[in-house]
Amino acid sequence: MLRLEPRREPSGPMFYVAPLLAIGMTLVAGIVLFAALDKPPLTAMQLIFIAPLTSLRGVAELLVKGTPLILIAIGLAISFRGGIWNIGAEGQYAIGALAGGAVALAVYPATGWWLLPLMSCAGIAGGAAWAAIPALLRTRFNANEILVSLMLVYVAVLLLSSLVHGPLRDPEGLNFPESRLFQTSLPILIEGTRAHVGFLVALAAVLLAWVLLERHALGFKVKVLGQAPRAARYAGFSDKGLIWFCFLLSGGCAGLAGLFEAAGPVGQLVPALPSGYGFTAIVVAFLGRLNPIGILLAGLVLALTYIGGETAQIAMSLPSATTAVFQGMFLFFLLAADVLVNYRARWIARRSPAADPHAVSGAAIGTVQRLPTP
Amino acid sequence: MELLANILISAMIAATPLLIAATGELVAERSGVLNLGVEGMMIVGAIAGFSTVVATKSAMLALAAAIASGAVMAALFGVLALTLRANQVASGLALTMFGLGLSALWGQSYSGLSAPAFPRLFVPGLTDIPFLGKLLFGQDGLIYVSLAMLAAVAWVLDRTRLGLIVRAIGENHDAAHAIGYPVVAYRYLALVFGGGMAGLGGAYLSLVQTPLWVERMTAGRGWIALALVVFAAWRPWRVLLGAYLFGGITILQLHSQALGVKIDAQLLAMLPYLATIIVLVIISRDAMRVRLTAPQCLGKPFHAAA
Repeated sequence: MLRLEPRREPSGPMFYVAPLLAIGMTLVAGIVLFAALDKPPLTAMQLIFIAPLTSLRGVAELLVKGTPLILIAIGLAISFRGGIWNIGAEGQYAIGALAGGAVALAVYPATGWWLLPLMSCAGIAGGAAWAAIPALLRTRFNANEILVSLMLVYVAVLLLSSLVHGPLRDPEGLNFPESRLFQTSLPILIEGTRAHVGFLVALAAVLLAWVLLERHALGFKVKVLGQAPRAARYAGFSDKGLIWFCFLLSGGCAGLAGLFEAAGPVGQLVPALPSGYGFTAIVVAFLGRLNPIGILLAGLVLALTYIGGETAQIAMSLPSATTAVFQGMFLFFLLAADVLVNYRARWIARRSPAADPHAVSGAAIGTVQRLPTP
Repeated sequence: MELLANILISAMIAATPLLIAATGELVAERSGVLNLGVEGMMIVGAIAGFSTVVATKSAMLALAAAIASGAVMAALFGVLALTLRANQVASGLALTMFGLGLSALWGQSYSGLSAPAFPRLFVPGLTDIPFLGKLLFGQDGLIYVSLAMLAAVAWVLDRTRLGLIVRAIGENHDAAHAIGYPVVAYRYLALVFGGGMAGLGGAYLSLVQTPLWVERMTAGRGWIALALVVFAAWRPWRVLLGAYLFGGITILQLHSQALGVKIDAQLLAMLPYLATIIVLVIISRDAMRVRLTAPQCLGKPFHAAA
């Protein structure tokens, strides 16, 4: 029978092979799925994974979709490294867009070089403030941050929708639930496309996060908190302080991502602004191994599934939910493949467990369940 | 009187999917498995039930399909979290995302259709009693099923050997393993039961409460069910209290408009989510109490040591 044997040390190579395995398994599952939906599977694969890369527009769109995914995932990865489960990035994204957008609408019709930086600051502050709620309730009242941050997603989306239907609605619009167009928009990176400077900010965030995690004491503290909370307390690290730090940072990143989306490709506030980036970013963070450089690559891969998914939907009249199914499967396969980091699969003849010398070492490994980290 | 009866009835209808899903999740959590995929299992149950009733016109078959699909989803989670020992939080999130996507794909051609009316209990004589009659004897069958299931779960957990084993595994899986109980097998059992219940809860939404199929129609109820288990301090009867409390809050938004309270509908729709947060805060304030009431092995992976 096939048995899982604990490894003495987590496997280094497997840590990086697992995401590739997951991508491979998703492709196979995708082919099966398309065959089941009675669509030519290979054409679909070509449309999703190759076609977007063959045009300048496709590559530019990759940067457009990749920007929010990477920005949000960077913040989430640092939280997850600390064992802090902020899964409400979607809400922080919505509030970031709302706060930044409200600034632009408040000063309307004034504009200038100062407006965009001001909106960005408001976006970061909005996202961080929304994330401060679960941080406060967790540190002060011990409330589960997973449930609180997730509940706040629904509240944020409703709040955005309510304000766009009411006070922030375009007074000259035809009663559509949308705000005025902003007086300013993010500078475009590639002429004739929608790729904007937000991507450069995302790149900077990748770099800063790498420095924070690998070269700064704060990043070290976060990692210790995640892997050995007791050791962190023993070393005198303030766990409450670190929880606050993780939430404010990830909320700020998500808020900025939301503002970039509003001030970039969309150009105004609309109720449909939160479109799931906050949840997909969780997949990005895990696929990127909670590592900033990995997240950069993973963000682009997931962005590809968005764009390719859209192309395939139009070309082959597929339902729009196909992309979501793919992303869910992706995370499934990744988590499954991750077992190989800590365990070795070995085929052994069936025998009584008591006689198995390898089975003993299992107890030493995990009483605490950790995320795989490098 | 008539209005009050109607309010109470709609509160029960709003509470029932939460009650069913939370009862199932409670069993899984008592065995030590934290499955955050309740939302995903509910929404798949909702579309499985709905598509079956459209195809077969049979409410019984629809409920069976919903239970089966929720159970299959839970088994998927089990493969990840129990067999492959993946992180339970991440696996639960994956299950929810997958379920939301799958249900949207599956339900694409069912949008806007409505299900045939679900049969209601009618006891000649009793149902005709003013006020109490409709409340106690005139509801849809699933409301009685949900209460019966809760009673059964409470009885099994507290009064039977099976319940004792499940609780023992949730409190200390190493000790339970040492005595010779197959920890993973029992956890699969509890997990699949929870999944079936979540599927049934979802089907209640699409078959009884609305009754139609709308993408993402669970709207966070799976997460509220998870919060209810914490609220109930992992005790079955308190789930009932919590679920009916939430049912009351949910229908408040419907009836407040009828009563002429002028508040934006979207702000009112926030109520259940805000209430969940407030309840979590009140319940969790005493960290020691939560530590004492929660199953000690909740969310921890089990490694068999010989």
